[in-house]
Amino acid sequence: MTMAKKSTAFEYAPAPESRSIVDIKPSYGLFIDGEFVDGRGKSFKTISPSTEEVLAEIAEGDAADVDLAVKAARRAYTRVWSKMSGAERGKYLFRIARIIQERAREFAVLESIDNGKPIKETRDVDVPTVAAHFFYYAGWADKLGYAGYGEDPQPLGVAGQVIPWNFPLLMLAWKIAPALACGNTVVLKPAETTPLTALLFAEVCQQADLPPGVVNILTGAGETGRAIVSHPDVNKVAFTGSTDVGRAIAKAVAGSDKRVTLELGGKAANIVYDDAPVDQAVEGIVNGIFFNQGHVCCAGSRLLVQESIAEEVLAKLKRRMKTLRVGDPLDKNTDIGAINSAEQLAKIRELSEIGEAEGAERWAPKCDLPSTGFWFPPTIFTGVSQAHRIAREEIFGPVLSVLTFRTPKEAVEKANNTPFGLSAGIWTEKGSLILWTASQLRAGVVWSNTFNRFDPASPFGGYKESGYGREGGRHGLEAYLR
Amino acid sequence: MNSTASSLAEATASDAALRRFLHGLPGVDQVGAEQRAAALGTRSIKTTAKAFAIDLAIRMVDLTTLEGSDTPGKVRTLAAKAMRPDPTDATCPPTAAVCVYPDMVATAKKALKGSGVNVAAVATAFPSGRAALDIKLADTTDAVEAGADEIDMVIDRGAFLAGRYLDVYEEIVAVREASKKAHLKVIFETGELQTYDNVRRASWLAMMAGAHFIKTSTGKVQPAATLPVTLIMLEAVRDFRELTGQQVGVKPAGGIRHSKDAIKYLVMVNEIAGEDWLDPHWFRFGASTLLNDLLMQRSKLKTGAYSGPDYVTLD
Repeated sequence: MTMAKKSTAFEYAPAPESRSIVDIKPSYGLFIDGEFVDGRGKSFKTISPSTEEVLAEIAEGDAADVDLAVKAARRAYTRVWSKMSGAERGKYLFRIARIIQERAREFAVLESIDNGKPIKETRDVDVPTVAAHFFYYAGWADKLGYAGYGEDPQPLGVAGQVIPWNFPLLMLAWKIAPALACGNTVVLKPAETTPLTALLFAEVCQQADLPPGVVNILTGAGETGRAIVSHPDVNKVAFTGSTDVGRAIAKAVAGSDKRVTLELGGKAANIVYDDAPVDQAVEGIVNGIFFNQGHVCCAGSRLLVQESIAEEVLAKLKRRMKTLRVGDPLDKNTDIGAINSAEQLAKIRELSEIGEAEGAERWAPKCDLPSTGFWFPPTIFTGVSQAHRIAREEIFGPVLSVLTFRTPKEAVEKANNTPFGLSAGIWTEKGSLILWTASQLRAGVVWSNTFNRFDPASPFGGYKESGYGREGGRHGLEAYLR
Repeated sequence: MNSTASSLAEATASDAALRRFLHGLPGVDQVGAEQRAAALGTRSIKTTAKAFAIDLAIRMVDLTTLEGSDTPGKVRTLAAKAMRPDPTDATCPPTAAVCVYPDMVATAKKALKGSGVNVAAVATAFPSGRAALDIKLADTTDAVEAGADEIDMVIDRGAFLAGRYLDVYEEIVAVREASKKAHLKVIFETGELQTYDNVRRASWLAMMAGAHFIKTSTGKVQPAATLPVTLIMLEAVRDFRELTGQQVGVKPAGGIRHSKDAIKYLVMVNEIAGEDWLDPHWFRFGASTLLNDLLMQRSKLKTGAYSGPDYVTLD
């Protein structure tokens, strides 16, 4: 047999997705009552986190804009939307879902540019899941009497919704689809750093001939959000974001008759038992913490691995991490994109430095990071204990804290020893151990032998400081019905 | 897997020990393995990377004819194709080997003389493997004596599925011995083993028995090679080298017809086993129609235009 010389390395050539499909305007107004209107003054810039290039000037909605939007939503609610049959509402939602599918590439590229996440994820996860969510709730619109909330459940009225920057379009879908299916109208504020896909969604509402005022999109920052949730004519507040802001919202609406759902932070345990399918568990760990740069509230940010296989799992994890491709979000081979903002990057850096100072061992594969934009390499900390801040606080970045355990009981104790309770993962080939562990975990979502899987039919939400209420599935209707 | 190399030797001391070892390997989660394979399949390989991959894939092809209707003429045609896949382009590399039945080895050997293209022979009562051991060994010896550089044997799937792992092991050891200097590829017929756990166990079994290569399929049973099965085998050779220092090759065979598929396999080799396996010495494609698609893609990259099936040779 000829002993050929070892071939040169298989270098993947750049495979950039074209930007030409998106048309980003120099400036955007507010979407109120079915029309784009100019803001009343202040504006802010949205930038591409991978290049720091200014993408557009965005109007900042003030209290008067919020009032206009809520009034428009109320009009649409009383005159049109709440009176329309469920079957008719469903038609609009089906139409929106189809338009999103038709314009999927446009949404995927725009989301990647504005958020910094890889095109691979927006194309294969975010946008398809958005369309699926609209299809799913479109189907419920004429069957609400069979959802288990009474024979003739009624909508709540106007919903004020505030969403985060980590899954801008997907969180919009999680909020708007069930609200509209149940007969509510909405005033939604996208995150300050990622407004563009919500504004494109406003165009989709126009394209679908959605009655004016049913969906209103108000861009802005914290002040705009505060004005929405505290507006007296808003019947329902739905928020996804940080626990601090969630707490402030809970205070702001306390004493009013507003209904509230909050989906907040997390510090999920990903538990790997010694009889786990190791190669798939390693994939699950990677997907759990490095998916979407770790900007995931349900990220598996604490790896709890049984001590007897810790060495093997860590060796395999490190080898796997060396194959992660960090860089241009629009390159189809990029696995990890840019951190969403300078502010978030500073937070990740700060907590990582604290981790080192506390004595945990930091490791990241060698990777060349671009010189402009906000970047953080996939990183793990070993030798972490429950007492370390990086084991307790949400980092919301590509940073994994690794802890070990000896017995299932210890795994569960450590997993539950957190103020959060959004999600958890269990890796074992033993079915009975999966069921036992899941029954002990105080987490809203428990994945077994997988992680970060989402489906519109499956409810999602937290325990404890991870919030309350459920989104998705039949359960998600409850938040928008009375 | 906390075993050391010495415990590998102990593992083959008895049927019970071998069973304990193979069943002690970490399980494979089917959904997770298939997801991983599918995710790797979304890599976008363009321009220079594509040119690199196509030439590498051509060099990795075991150009195969395994039909009852094979004749010396057919084998000579195939040999000519293997040596010079694209007669209009001298820069096009030859394939790794030609793969034939044992009785065609002498013809193939003669046709390929001095070309550097190997002759691989399927032996051991290919494809079913349902024959007595001495017949399998005679089949192997026949191919080796006729000059085969590589022997592609089939395992006894009946024994494997009945849990007689040591029988399978000992048969591989015996065939390896009968193969003399020829490199031994061990075919699992993964379409018959069916589960990924079985594929992982068969991989370790064959590597421990001294296989130079582990190979998915005969091409006679569906499904033949798949990406997830190859993923499991690539993980196995990677882990085996980590443990023993010995490198074993992988050969998916059957059902790989398009350049796009071949490139997906190479991406998988690159990211699962690592670049050390990106070489015909360590990775092969058992295929016949794949080569022409690779040639068409190759000329498309060079000339910018698709040539069409009339511009590649049919063999």
